Amino acid sequence: MLSRVANHIYWMARYLERAENTARLIQVNTHLLLDLPKNVTLGWEPIIDMLSFRDTFYERYSEPDEKSVIRFMVMDTSNPGSIINSLASARENARIVREIIPSEAWELINQLHLQAKEDGQSVLTRRHRFNCLNRVITGNQTITGLVGGTMNRDNAYAFLRLGRHLERADMTTRIIDVRSASLLPGLADDNAAFENIQWMGVLKSLTAYQMYRQEMRLRIQRADILEFLLQRDTFPRSLSHSLGQIVKCVSELPKPEKVIESVNNVKKELQSLDTKTLKQAKLHDVMDEIQVHLLDVHNTIDQTYF
Amino acid sequence: MAIRWGNYKTGPFFDELIEGRNKPRPAAKDLCQYLRSLSDAELLDYKTAASSAIHVMGITFTVYSEEEGSIDRAWPFDIIPRIIDKSEWKEVEKGLKQRVKALNMFIDDIYNDQNVIKDNIVPESILTQSKNFLPECMGVSPPLGVWAHICGSDLVRDQHGTIYVLEDNLRVPSGVSYMLENRHVMKRVFPELFEKYNILPVDDYPSQLYNMLCELSPRDIEQPEIVVLTPGIFNSAYFEHAYLAQQMGAELVVGSDLVVDDDDIVYMRTVEGLSRVDVIYRRIDDAFLDPEAFREDSMLGVKGLMRAWKAGNIALANAPGAGVADDKVVYAFVPDIIRYYLKEEPLLENVPTYKCINKDERDYVIEHIDEMVVKPANESGGYGMLIGPHATKAEREKFVRLIRRDPRNYVAQPMLLLSTAPTLIDTKAEGRHLDLRPFILSGSSVSVTTGGLTRVAMRKGSTVVNSSQGGGSKDTWIVDMEA
Repeated sequence: MLSRVANHIYWMARYLERAENTARLIQVNTHLLLDLPKNVTLGWEPIIDMLSFRDTFYERYSEPDEKSVIRFMVMDTSNPGSIINSLASARENARIVREIIPSEAWELINQLHLQAKEDGQSVLTRRHRFNCLNRVITGNQTITGLVGGTMNRDNAYAFLRLGRHLERADMTTRIIDVRSASLLPGLADDNAAFENIQWMGVLKSLTAYQMYRQEMRLRIQRADILEFLLQRDTFPRSLSHSLGQIVKCVSELPKPEKVIESVNNVKKELQSLDTKTLKQAKLHDVMDEIQVHLLDVHNTIDQTYF
Repeated sequence: MAIRWGNYKTGPFFDELIEGRNKPRPAAKDLCQYLRSLSDAELLDYKTAASSAIHVMGITFTVYSEEEGSIDRAWPFDIIPRIIDKSEWKEVEKGLKQRVKALNMFIDDIYNDQNVIKDNIVPESILTQSKNFLPECMGVSPPLGVWAHICGSDLVRDQHGTIYVLEDNLRVPSGVSYMLENRHVMKRVFPELFEKYNILPVDDYPSQLYNMLCELSPRDIEQPEIVVLTPGIFNSAYFEHAYLAQQMGAELVVGSDLVVDDDDIVYMRTVEGLSRVDVIYRRIDDAFLDPEAFREDSMLGVKGLMRAWKAGNIALANAPGAGVADDKVVYAFVPDIIRYYLKEEPLLENVPTYKCINKDERDYVIEHIDEMVVKPANESGGYGMLIGPHATKAEREKFVRLIRRDPRNYVAQPMLLLSTAPTLIDTKAEGRHLDLRPFILSGSSVSVTTGGLTRVAMRKGSTVVNSSQGGGSKDTWIVDMEA
């Protein structure tokens, strides 16, 4: 398989997953917004920081208010990480490998991009936002199902899953990280009522609430949620599961050793964590560190195959 | 109200399907009868069925614009086929084989002994001033002595029914994928017609192309590595590049996928490392092929490719420099070239061509510019032409100046009245001008596609058939009337 083609498939999958997870990230905040009392103001600035686009944002906007942040994160083409740009990049990559992926997958990706363009205005209103973001999420889920049901189990499919799981691992840490930031300035960290609401928001945005209940059979508690989302293999969006999938994918490819070694570094770090001690500041540092490790995994993949 | 052949006007033109008022040609009789039986609604239904088939099958060509980037346009297609009797086609086929054989001998001679010049068949000046002659190719003998492995020759028919060769495309001719896909669309839309007629199949082409490319491999191995080299997704023929690669089971590569090592061998970059390539079906122009040998700024080519080719480690189809015979001035000499190399009379006619390089002929062209079609020697796609009878006075004067400044670069031909064929416009059949591009493959033997790509000018009265300029296409049926 040509390196260039592998590279395009890998990035196509990464951009699709990024679009989906950015939508999920914004849903976390939207959930919170609806659950909180009126007198509590919700900060939108951390969303920009989570994806490391602070400078780009302030070049274009003066205030990190709800409308500006949503516009910036969803439809602003000057933001490289906006959903619309992720989908456009996914589409461009898909176009180049159109002959390799099932043609229905190309059509769906194309459609998803067009739909997101159309939704550009209505996403700004709270009333339509949930549906718009949900279309991005279910759109990518549909594509995932389609390629899973129709693509040959060959190198192309391995690179596709590789991109998806690496991006998902990275984005899951970012979604968890939202909770570590002070989304609610002025509220004490131990304000139990709101603490639970916020963690429920994280679980729900990862479609993890129901699965958490089934697996952990526990109340909503920070330490258990973190264990579920970081260390347990059961849930398909957990970090541990994604890492396992990365190893599985590269094992189907030539020369997997270096990539596996690099993934093992993240795994080691992950398993050594005591989730009970992960309060806000520390949680943020740990997520940061894991993101750096994941970047190393990507670089190793890049050097080995592309 | 539907198609009434009694109302169809052929005018002063030769029509491919209709002989005279209400009188179809023998091979078109059943088709015309069938079309007449269809109501307006049915005709529109078939038209819609064809466009949705084209949409679903993803048959597109790419138009690039600054504002919108690259756009895939659906392939424009007319549902009324063009029909040629097999007995007539057999003669055309013979003529094309003869022509391409001679052209390949000419190119090989030009890059080696140049006997054709020494024997005063063509003047030396047409080489020294040719844009497509590559001095880098002197002394090279590609496998089987073939340079133009894939040739697309454009054929037209005049008002008397005579078929002429209008030009030979020996560099990177395109359109064959549309010929194949047009047939697929027709089979989907009009299966009942295929039962009535004995239509010769066309879908053999990709495997013939594959076999021909295999013959060129420098390594004698069971499965040589064959790749299709494309300029990329922004190229207007990208659909075809991807299509042919897929049909042949070959890798579709861009320049950056390939690398020439110090051993002068071409490799492609794969996830498993470098892997040797034997044959490149290249769809990029000579000038961009190798930044080391030609244009340094080429981002499309492969550094060192010419080295590897000259060392005999890679086969290139078509060979670099083959375009020397793809020159509208050389075209004028093709009948002489055929007589010189094959000692045969040409079987297919050339359009009478005035070479502006000769003073007498130049003076004649300038005097009769309002009757002439003037063509620059090295353009394709219908760009940079003057159609005298339709041009304004200023345009004609501009071309007279151009010819005087650079006579070698221009040839002129009398305006031919191109043949027409019934084409569905709304729900009526109207005559539209067309041409035909068959494709000729040359390896150890020469083969010609069954028919070719019929391109039709969709605008009334227009003779410009290029898809980039509003042309459409038709399926081409070679029909065996004796079977």
